[in-house]
Amino acid sequence: MSATNHRWRKFKNVLMQAVALACALLVVAPLGLVFYHLIKSGIGSVNWAFFTQLPKPVGESGGGMANAIAGTFILLGLAALIGVPVGVLGGVYLSEYGSSRLNWWIRFAADVLNGVPSIIWGIVVYALVVVPMKGFSAWAGGIVLGMMMIPLIMRTSEEVLQLVPNGYREASLALGIPRWRTIVQIVLRTAMKGIVTGVLLALARVAGETAPLLFTAFGNRFWNHSLSDPIAALPLQIFNYAISPYDDWHRQAWAGALVLLLLITAVNVGVRVLTRDRFQKPA
Amino acid sequence: MKTKSLLIPLVALSACFLGPDLADRASAQMLINGAGATFPYPIYSKWFDEYVKVDSSVRFNYQSIGSGGGQKQILAETVDFGASDGPMSDANLAKAPRRLLHIPTVAGADVLTYNLPGNPQLKVDGPTIVDIFMGKITKWNDPRLAQQNPGVKLPDDDIIVVHRSDGSGTTFIWVDYLSSVSKEWESKVGRGTSVNWPAGLGGKGNEGVAGQVKQLPGAVGYVELAYAVQNKLPCAHVKNSAGNYVAPTLDSITEALATAKIPEDFRFSMVNPPGDKAYPIAGCTWLLVYQEQKDAAKGKKLVEFLNWAIEKGESMAESLNYAPLPASVRQRVLERIKTIKY
Amino acid sequence: MAKAAAKTELQAPPEKLVQRRWGDAVFERTSLLTALSVFALLALTGYELAHGSRLALHKFGWRFLAGSEWNPVSEQLGALPFIFGTLVSSAIALLIAVPLSIATAVYLTELAPQWLRQPLTLFIELLAAVPSVILGLWGIYVMVPWLREHLFPLLKTTFGFLPLFQGPIYGVSMLAGGIIIAIMIVPIITSVSREILRSVPGLQREAAYALGATRWEVTRIAVLGYAKKGLFGAVILGLGRALGETMAVTMVIGNTPQIKASLFAPGYTLASVIANEFTEATTDVYLSALFEIGLVLLGVTILVNVAAQLLLKTFGGPGVKPQN
Repeated sequence: MSATNHRWRKFKNVLMQAVALACALLVVAPLGLVFYHLIKSGIGSVNWAFFTQLPKPVGESGGGMANAIAGTFILLGLAALIGVPVGVLGGVYLSEYGSSRLNWWIRFAADVLNGVPSIIWGIVVYALVVVPMKGFSAWAGGIVLGMMMIPLIMRTSEEVLQLVPNGYREASLALGIPRWRTIVQIVLRTAMKGIVTGVLLALARVAGETAPLLFTAFGNRFWNHSLSDPIAALPLQIFNYAISPYDDWHRQAWAGALVLLLLITAVNVGVRVLTRDRFQKPA
Repeated sequence: MKTKSLLIPLVALSACFLGPDLADRASAQMLINGAGATFPYPIYSKWFDEYVKVDSSVRFNYQSIGSGGGQKQILAETVDFGASDGPMSDANLAKAPRRLLHIPTVAGADVLTYNLPGNPQLKVDGPTIVDIFMGKITKWNDPRLAQQNPGVKLPDDDIIVVHRSDGSGTTFIWVDYLSSVSKEWESKVGRGTSVNWPAGLGGKGNEGVAGQVKQLPGAVGYVELAYAVQNKLPCAHVKNSAGNYVAPTLDSITEALATAKIPEDFRFSMVNPPGDKAYPIAGCTWLLVYQEQKDAAKGKKLVEFLNWAIEKGESMAESLNYAPLPASVRQRVLERIKTIKY
Repeated sequence: MAKAAAKTELQAPPEKLVQRRWGDAVFERTSLLTALSVFALLALTGYELAHGSRLALHKFGWRFLAGSEWNPVSEQLGALPFIFGTLVSSAIALLIAVPLSIATAVYLTELAPQWLRQPLTLFIELLAAVPSVILGLWGIYVMVPWLREHLFPLLKTTFGFLPLFQGPIYGVSMLAGGIIIAIMIVPIITSVSREILRSVPGLQREAAYALGATRWEVTRIAVLGYAKKGLFGAVILGLGRALGETMAVTMVIGNTPQIKASLFAPGYTLASVIANEFTEATTDVYLSALFEIGLVLLGVTILVNVAAQLLLKTFGGPGVKPQN
């Protein structure tokens, strides 16, 4: 009786381990499948023209996504202009100043903000920027992405700033250096690596955002020459091409998706490899 | 500090995109933004591409977001010109801050396209289309379809109706036609750039519907003729008011356009025209432009382009399966363009 | 703890140089302002949406939430089909994602060999980084055809007696939407659950081992039992993401505002209708109704996220990292 019970328990143990392994494999399977299909359908169209030419008019084959690639980088630059200073300084406040009560609320709000669907940001910026400025623009697109970066960067910056040993702060203050200079020159500098990591991850996150750009950056078939004009973006172009009926555009969509995913994956992997020690906390 | 080495190229990359951009703004190339109908998108994108050769100092950025979007965005003045396949309603026109002109450009047809094994040539009449889109005819081998298509082997499959999920002039032409052949449709669904569909699933844009129909066996949808032709989708022949089954072709649309009555403000419907060989589901498409342009420089370029489009651009229409405007109408349109002030 | 001590110490300024205090004051105020920007952003979002939807609020009142017709022509606009679609697609997603994610998290923290943990974690983080639009592209051209040809017919023949699996198969459907959302929220739930499980004290496990429990029993009783509340928080966080997913869902759900029992029927979600119709709503009421849909979506996601954060914060303390 007890022997069969024991065997049953052992069997269940092995069985559940196998089930857990199967689940883990099932979870990562889509990643493999997505990469496989992107490479299979996209690699053929990733050529020189893809990176250097503008899209061709409907129904003519060839052309590229150069303007969309440039557009994505411009939008990221604008977003960083807004998201990085606000996010990092906010993180400084959370880590260096503030009562724990207020900080709890700020963290809480930042985390909730993180959960707000990106499409909502699109509407808000449409009402706030596009309508008053009388036009879709790169600015609007940059602002929307920048807003999304703020809570992300704020939380990661706070986290790395807290890892800076207190001795550094004390030593600096003991030398008579004012607190704000201590923070800027000692604390922030020490934590720079972590902050940059957080910024890069936030950029990688918003680089693929499509929904909030639909009513802000809007898209542009040509090069953008003014930040007050609409601008193309890689994810936007992928979306427009993906739902089109043209085989040539489908190929371009696959190629664009491949390039975008490789960029994002490179940043993610790069950051994790370079900062491995920080992420390898003991279990 | 190794992560810095990642950031630097990134910043440098953004900078080299931003740098020349900012420097360039003094001698900026003008960008005129338009948005709206997907129906004429193939010809508009051709025009805007060709026009670069005519005047390289200006670019026309056209986003095909749907006719509803074109009307809304020009009313909100977020774009420099709008485009729509359905004429604007009086109520919407009244909302415009200044007088809005309808500039007709080309005419096209809505076709009934489908995805069947072997894609045989189908023939249908208006009431049948109404009932398919009402969700009353649900099988491909329905007697009413079989009766109109003797000799065609119709499968015992479900009909999957695909319609537009966005506001669209293609939809306007389609429901304008359905309303004109069915009182029930007119009262239950009505006319509009987006309506409450009794059946089916939605795709975004002409592209989205054509894409869905291509993807789904047994699907039926309506798209603009040029889309169907370019994507080699089959098009049903439709019975016109003279009782003939007519294929959607340039000739049959031109015939429809020739028999349509065009009022002074160019807002007109041309479904179910009387002509013997006229294709019944056709419509015109318009650019929406303010009579008083706020930005003088942009206004000037816009007028130049409009003149070019009507005088030269029209000749490109046929190769893309659109019917050009008759010469008499063209003359009237040019007169109207002259009234634009900047 | 050390930090708190340092803070009290730091708050007494060593010197009283006016200039120095001035610099400090400016810096502190500026950083306070930036930190408070999160409240401002939340308030601004709520205000803009409420402001934009006042016309619809006025015209439809509470009926808006219960109205099942979406007719822009007659301006009879009700949000029920979208609320239904959002809830159903999210429920499907949770049904698929929760067991998978928690099992994976358990595997990662308790069962997997050490060498496998790092790469597996990395893969899951990479999956989290795949943009929605790319998953949507893959969804349209790879997943949906496969579902239509293989999985759906199989479901129909096996479970066809249930109303859930009846009716014509289009491929694009509520079920396809649910599956694509599941793929998107699995990484979030997995990595938050993993953090939670890692914060379970080792003592818990050791005690159970000491009683002669097998590995699975340790996991089930000591670890999962202990972490229940935190895991629930992870699931709710996943739900928050599911409700707001836009692009991938829009591309595979079929975009039809209807309430059907069949999961094979196309549906529509709150987020998708905004993405599809926002730039093209021609009448003021129509536009305002879309703002109101945004307001509903915002309200629901905020509630869900607040619940998730409360669960996680009371369970995990500061140990739970913010999720990118």
